[in-house]
Amino acid sequence: MAHLDDETRRKALATVALYPERRSALIPLCHLAQAQDGWLTPEAMEDIAELVGVTPAEVRGTATFYDMLHTEPVGRYVVAVCTNIACMLSGAYETLEHAEERLGVHVGQTTEDGMFTLEDAECLAGCDKAPCIQVNHRFFGPVDPPALDRLVDDLASGALDEVVPPHGVLCRVERTVGLEAAGAAGVPAAEEAP
Amino acid sequence: MITDAAPIVTARVGHDDSHTLEGYLATGGYEGLRRALELGRDQVRAEVDAASLLGRGGAGFPAGRKWSMLGRADVTYLVVNGDESEPATFKDHLLVERDPHQVIEGATIAAYALGVAQAFVFCRGEFALGLERLTAAVNEAYAHGALGRSIFGSDFSLDLVIHPGAGAYICGEETALLESLEGKRGFPRIKPPYFPAAIGLYGAPTVVNNVETVSNLPWIVRHGGAAFAALGTGSSTGTRLFALSGHVRRPGWYELEMSKVTFRDLIFDPSLGGGLAEGRSLKAFIPGGVSAPWFGPEQLDLGLDQEAVGKAGSMLGSGSVVVMDDSTCVLRAAWRITRFFHRESCGQCTPCREGGGWLEKILRRLEEGGGREEDLDLLMDACDNIAPGVSWPPQQTTICVLGPSIPSSIASAVRMFRDELLLHVKEGGCPLRGAR
Repeated sequence: MAHLDDETRRKALATVALYPERRSALIPLCHLAQAQDGWLTPEAMEDIAELVGVTPAEVRGTATFYDMLHTEPVGRYVVAVCTNIACMLSGAYETLEHAEERLGVHVGQTTEDGMFTLEDAECLAGCDKAPCIQVNHRFFGPVDPPALDRLVDDLASGALDEVVPPHGVLCRVERTVGLEAAGAAGVPAAEEAP
Repeated sequence: MITDAAPIVTARVGHDDSHTLEGYLATGGYEGLRRALELGRDQVRAEVDAASLLGRGGAGFPAGRKWSMLGRADVTYLVVNGDESEPATFKDHLLVERDPHQVIEGATIAAYALGVAQAFVFCRGEFALGLERLTAAVNEAYAHGALGRSIFGSDFSLDLVIHPGAGAYICGEETALLESLEGKRGFPRIKPPYFPAAIGLYGAPTVVNNVETVSNLPWIVRHGGAAFAALGTGSSTGTRLFALSGHVRRPGWYELEMSKVTFRDLIFDPSLGGGLAEGRSLKAFIPGGVSAPWFGPEQLDLGLDQEAVGKAGSMLGSGSVVVMDDSTCVLRAAWRITRFFHRESCGQCTPCREGGGWLEKILRRLEEGGGREEDLDLLMDACDNIAPGVSWPPQQTTICVLGPSIPSSIASAVRMFRDELLLHVKEGGCPLRGAR
């Protein structure tokens, strides 16, 4: 499914309405499109362009600036190993090399079965649990090579399905209140939270 | 006990339900906002001025002064900067995940003092749990009457949008953050104007405050600015959330009274960092994020004080301290930090975009054994082109401070460990390989 489906479009329209200017919703909408497909399809970028009032090229041009937005397909689990200073001092490169061996891919590549994409991340702000890893933006740490093996096993078996949502899903909580921008027109009345 | 000051921003993070409205209300939540509405705008601003609250994002600019750059009638937007990406910094990560209501209450107090009706919390995209908890907290706050129209029955109304980032260090720079919030690439804006107070979001006057900065506001309003200013010394008032990482036994966050604790305490005290691993000794430490010049063991007795650290030639910056023991290859450390800046350069300015890449390549060549003695001078020469004079604070040839931050670690390694760097040339590789 490449274009935004009805459910994603509903969420997208609600998001656009929150901002005083609709272009501000561009990045949040890219996250919503990724929640649907795991990556930003060209069709989704066309839809986003229309929703926020820019050209598809502007959506792509903006998206490619940001590490979290993928304009090519990624695996079901995006495994991002932080190798920045605090994690490096705690053995992150040993973990990363082990991940390359275990998964049989280099950094930036996806396994043939489409299960795992391996990334070499900049600091993820999990330095108290170094070396730390994010899988679909959920934290694990400290992760040494044996812990990485266990993590990969658990992901492959589905044991972590509750903890790690499908790739591209950033926020599982939906805003249910004040669903229009305050702007100059004033703040919307509170609505009942469910 | 190092200091007996009670924690301010981390007072409730130990509770399992600290992120819920119920847990928040049970521990004094939203009392600060109620008090602020009683006091009135001018008195809230007076308390924040009296507190001498310094911005906790990295630059350490007085929050009260940021607020008063323009008459409050002119300020249109408040943006809370939670795009925490400075390597080894993980305090805002803690605050958005463990105490999201405190962030919202702080933002609401700031918005009230500024007379703003629309606020945003720009939360780093990688903080997925933080985004979920902030969003849930906004839903709860609206239902509780702490956000939305006529907050707690007053004539003050505010909408607050939780905005997710998408992975770019540069968006922590406040003008890049505003560009990103406008749905664009995170390109820092050309200065002047130096502050978004003049031209901010959508060209309108905007105040940008850090997550930790606004998280202090509920306490300041409840207890008074004077009580806050009574903590710490000189211009460093209140407490500060320090992030300790690297080669220590107890890496983690520690909220400490400003100026009362030294780096030696933070790194070695059993109740704090707990010292280094058995048999290891301290080689160097970074006192305030990887943009800061390094310190050696001789600076251990400096206080965690913005002024003192500045005078000693570095900065307290984002409050993150990275410890490197004697097994560390300082060349590799400098290379990894340089690689980070190169990867995160937005690409607008040549000295940063190209210089960062050249420096990374030279450092890599040295580490891998292909280096030459002249490379040390070459490194410093390239640094000089990014930040003329390679002094502290750095001179700038670029739109923002990302570029001028690159020389910090390189110049530190060359100045403090010249012999070790030259040993890489002499031995055709890293003399410390296998040390750990």
